[in-house]
Amino acid sequence: MKRQTSQLLDRTILVPAIGEALRKLDPRRLYRNPVIFVTEVVAALTTLFFLRDLATNPSGGLFSGQIAAWLWFTVFFATFAESVAEGRGKAQAESLRRAKTDLVAHRVPADGSSLLEAVSASSLKVGDIVVVEAGDLIPGDGEVIEGIASVNESAITGESAPVIREAGGDRSAVTGGTQVLSDAIKVRITVPPGGTFLDRMIALIEGAERQRTPNEIALSILLSGLTLIFLIAVVTLGGLAVYSGTILSVTVLSALLVTLIPTTIGGLLSAIGIAGMDRLVRFNVIAISGRAVEAAGDVDTLLLDKTGTITFGNRMASEFLPVTGVSARELAEASLLASLADETPEGRSIVALARGEFGLPEPGQPEAVVPFAAETRLSGVDLGGRRLRKGAVDSVLKFSGLSQDEAPHGFRESVEKVARSGGTPLAVTDGERILGVIHLKDVVKPGIKERFAAMRAMGIRTVMVTGDNPLTAAAIASEAGVDDFLAEAKPEDKLAYIRKEQKGGKLIAMCGDGTNDAPALAQADVGVAMQTGTQAAREAANMVDLDSSPTKLIEIVEIGKQLLMTRGALTTFSIANDVAKYFAIIPALFIAAYPGLDALNIMGLGSPNSAILSAVIFNALIIIALIPLALKGVRYRAVGAAALLRRNLTVYGLGGLILPFAGIKIVDLVVNSLHLV
Amino acid sequence: MTLVGWLQIALLFGLALVTIKPLGLFMARLFQGERTFLSPALGPVERGFYALSGVRADKEQGWLAYALSMLAFNLAGFLLLYAMLRLQAYLPLNPQGFGAVAPDLAFNTAVSFVTNTNWQAYGGETTLSHFSQMAGLTVQNFLSGATGMALAIAFTRAFARGSAATLGNFWVDMTRATLYVLLPLAIIVALAFVALGLPQTLDASLTVTTLEGAQQTLAMGPIASQEAIKQLGTNGGGFLNANAAHPFENPNAFSNYLNILSMLGITTALFYTFGQMVGDRRQGWAFVTTIMLFLIVGTGIVYQAESAGNPIHVALGVDPALGNMEGKEVRFGQAMTAAYAAVTTGISDGGVNGMHGSFTGLGGLVPMFFMQLGEVLPGGVGSGLYGMLVFAILAVFVAGLMVGRTPELLGKKIEGREMKLAMLAILILPLAILGFSATSALLPVALASLSGAGPHGLSEILYAYTSATANNGSAFGGLSANTPWYNTTLGISMLLGRFAYAVPVLAIAGSLAAKPKIAPSAGTFATNTPLFVGLLAAIILIIGGLQFFPALALGPIVEHIQMLAGQTY
Repeated sequence: MKRQTSQLLDRTILVPAIGEALRKLDPRRLYRNPVIFVTEVVAALTTLFFLRDLATNPSGGLFSGQIAAWLWFTVFFATFAESVAEGRGKAQAESLRRAKTDLVAHRVPADGSSLLEAVSASSLKVGDIVVVEAGDLIPGDGEVIEGIASVNESAITGESAPVIREAGGDRSAVTGGTQVLSDAIKVRITVPPGGTFLDRMIALIEGAERQRTPNEIALSILLSGLTLIFLIAVVTLGGLAVYSGTILSVTVLSALLVTLIPTTIGGLLSAIGIAGMDRLVRFNVIAISGRAVEAAGDVDTLLLDKTGTITFGNRMASEFLPVTGVSARELAEASLLASLADETPEGRSIVALARGEFGLPEPGQPEAVVPFAAETRLSGVDLGGRRLRKGAVDSVLKFSGLSQDEAPHGFRESVEKVARSGGTPLAVTDGERILGVIHLKDVVKPGIKERFAAMRAMGIRTVMVTGDNPLTAAAIASEAGVDDFLAEAKPEDKLAYIRKEQKGGKLIAMCGDGTNDAPALAQADVGVAMQTGTQAAREAANMVDLDSSPTKLIEIVEIGKQLLMTRGALTTFSIANDVAKYFAIIPALFIAAYPGLDALNIMGLGSPNSAILSAVIFNALIIIALIPLALKGVRYRAVGAAALLRRNLTVYGLGGLILPFAGIKIVDLVVNSLHLV
Repeated sequence: MTLVGWLQIALLFGLALVTIKPLGLFMARLFQGERTFLSPALGPVERGFYALSGVRADKEQGWLAYALSMLAFNLAGFLLLYAMLRLQAYLPLNPQGFGAVAPDLAFNTAVSFVTNTNWQAYGGETTLSHFSQMAGLTVQNFLSGATGMALAIAFTRAFARGSAATLGNFWVDMTRATLYVLLPLAIIVALAFVALGLPQTLDASLTVTTLEGAQQTLAMGPIASQEAIKQLGTNGGGFLNANAAHPFENPNAFSNYLNILSMLGITTALFYTFGQMVGDRRQGWAFVTTIMLFLIVGTGIVYQAESAGNPIHVALGVDPALGNMEGKEVRFGQAMTAAYAAVTTGISDGGVNGMHGSFTGLGGLVPMFFMQLGEVLPGGVGSGLYGMLVFAILAVFVAGLMVGRTPELLGKKIEGREMKLAMLAILILPLAILGFSATSALLPVALASLSGAGPHGLSEILYAYTSATANNGSAFGGLSANTPWYNTTLGISMLLGRFAYAVPVLAIAGSLAAKPKIAPSAGTFATNTPLFVGLLAAIILIIGGLQFFPALALGPIVEHIQMLAGQTY
């Protein structure tokens, strides 16, 4: 889908999220998030004590009531963050669901009779064969076994240009919910209803199938551990306080506990994960497993197909190399004429180069156009008695009736020079008179070299995979600045390369579309299949790129890294926050017993009660304040690990240490000016 | 503070750095099974032991077998020592004719020496026979140190190896640690101590007439030999009750230096061994730098707090220029007492050359806090290394994510299982320290043992459980700890601090060893840089500080503030 980048937080998402956040307060759903679950239990406990205070002394409940309320807000803000993150996915799933109205399938009966039976798409079984004609929606995921058709897949990809689907080869997979525009195809259903690509996409985007990823689980173990440690610290503080001549109420101990346990990251953790998947969806990539998104951040080596990723996919003319006695202009003119009727990208590039370099005028209409033919492997024109032809060197020599040695001086040298540099020589001749050579080369996409340099800085090696011969491959590799290349690569070579790298402890990402890519896609740690690819490739991969753009891998890696960085940054921030909270609450708790402890009240907070309340309020509000960051993610820069860490440690570590001192002080000023305690 | 004081401190830490490399390299060769210069002499002895006990030296163990061997060996050591103490009256070398040690005290003492804590609820010269000291305590001084070293080496192998099922053989590691490292060094240091004037005799105490004509009992015994292994094995249990403040354990400035350097020697060198074995020596130095940073800053704070003195003393007419000399030996002064206090608590040695309870609030806070950070600065022999690695795992987990990769330490991914086990280990400290302290602070039977009132009394309790759980063994002074309540609960704290920590740590080692070693790249978070040193220090400080700040605020912090205000209890 080409989705507009919707506003980070717009009302259509925020309003429903409130209701959903309230539903998430149900402890049976909340227990999965230990930090917030503990917060809820504590909030319930303080509410009881508030009610008791209210019953015994109506005016005494002001403080405990406010603490209880803010503890509930803390829980609510956390569930709200998750709801907002989910809400963004829901909106996208809606548009997909529209493509999934119940369809009618025309099934070929099992007895093989030619009469088709109309059945509901939801009753189709794997192995059923259906016929889809122009105008029909394809009823389920499957494989074309007969015929060829153009299919509009915009429901899935957002791309309105139709694609060709045909039996056999790498373009045989069709997706349920897409529309056949022309012709008719026979499709064998390969996925049971409910498990189709569309179904899975909807489930993934909505977060219904969301499973916590390994790193997220490890992180929540750390957070649970910290929660337990602070629980011990706070409960035992009750005992130590009695020794010190202070009886601490459950309300203030609860306040201390909730401010210390990592509620910030605990509350935002699942939102970060959902938002990470969502960012991929915005890039039109569907991650089938969340694990793959994390693995993307860890990738050491990118296996990139040359064509379409590193180069423009078709060769372009870059230079005219005339033989001795022919001027470059003459050669260019002849080439221009010979290519006029050539509508291939190569032909057009020759025209463009000739016009651009020599400013040649529009020539007259040729008398006869000789299109490219497989036998002669030549194309050209007949014009005013001239027989201009261009084509492969051998073919041109054959056409002109010359042998390699009889060719004019400079021809052979030019051919060799072009071949050596990794290009393709194209010979041009006028009848028997050989004019020269056009240098066709793979043009490396602009900016790709810088991109690879950035990848290198972040520790990622790029490896180009190509079917070209090693000479050509080496030339392009050095021009594009990749770290390594795999020439004359067959699919097995990819698999072997991946295995070798993995043995050395590296994580590999690759993309592919063909059935013969499937083993390598499955072996790679991050395998991205093109949406246009075969069913086998899509099954083997752990991500599917709806745009079928091979450069996506680079974005995917960046999104993976961003996800991990956001988690780390907020964890660090959350832990660093605790220092200030201690300085707010500890002196407040014991100032009556030990007036000297006022020395620790470095923020100069108004009163013990306002200090405790301010810390709790700050702790709740910071969750809300950080929702945008959790959803957007920490910005990733392609610099080395050390520079990245230094920057993030300064912002989130040092910032997390200092910010709450200011924040709590400001809240305290407000609390005191409003006489809330 | 004086320039001379600072020069003494600088020289001390400078000297401590000298032995790290040669000793670390030697241990790396030893534990990797390579030949060392001691092999010709000790190799046959080592093989003799294996032949006698039926150990197959080439057969390695997985983490569970390694852990079970370690537990079985320590249980046996505990039972033996307990029996020895209970049957002391019937055993030889008892010139003073001491009777059986009470059951609770025997339990506490046996646990204390098996766990490398050396908390001493007894007075050595008034309770234990020479036999108990030599065949009981000193033997455990060796074995508990060797146990720690074996565990550290097993953990090191987890990082050195990739996709491995085993961590080494506990019996082999133990034997080598004792035979090649502890024993030779102990002999050398013991002889040096004798040369410096420490007694080494099997005679009974001497009763002498002093110059004033009074009668005085001079406790004697095999002091030098116990002192040597007490420091080398970071045990800390002195022969005499006054520990290294006693002139027979620590007569002069040289013996004081030798005491501190022997404590630091093996435990810091093991970090170099780690670096060498995992193939990244800078990693070893990064840890050493972190440790030295803490030790030097800690020494500085204690030194500053003690030389600043106590305004209450000044009000009573003490020369303010003297600072706080209460509880310190004049022959060491504040600088060397501060250094000893920081090192002995950073290391989990527990020997003392001054009374920490007599320090100012702030001066007493540092040793207590160093212990609460766990055994990391640099912790006990071996236990320090794995304690530090647990913190390193935490540091890379929290901050490592910020480089945009899932966390890894030295090529090993840190995942859910490691995190679970690390949290399990880390929980032990607050659970035992704060749990028992809070209980004791409420129990009349526990409060009866206090000598100080107010915050200082709380510090006494807090210090005792901290010292026991951190397997340190130093005492704050003041607390009458030889009661059934304290003997039992402190004994439990010591057991938890040692074994409930070591077993999860070995499980982490097993899990890490099984993982493939991931190749580093420019995107990998390098853990051998100054940035990591800073990060690790911050994590140690913040994680440790957050757990204990409330308790410390009610003990030493408020005590210091009140002292400055001239308030007493």
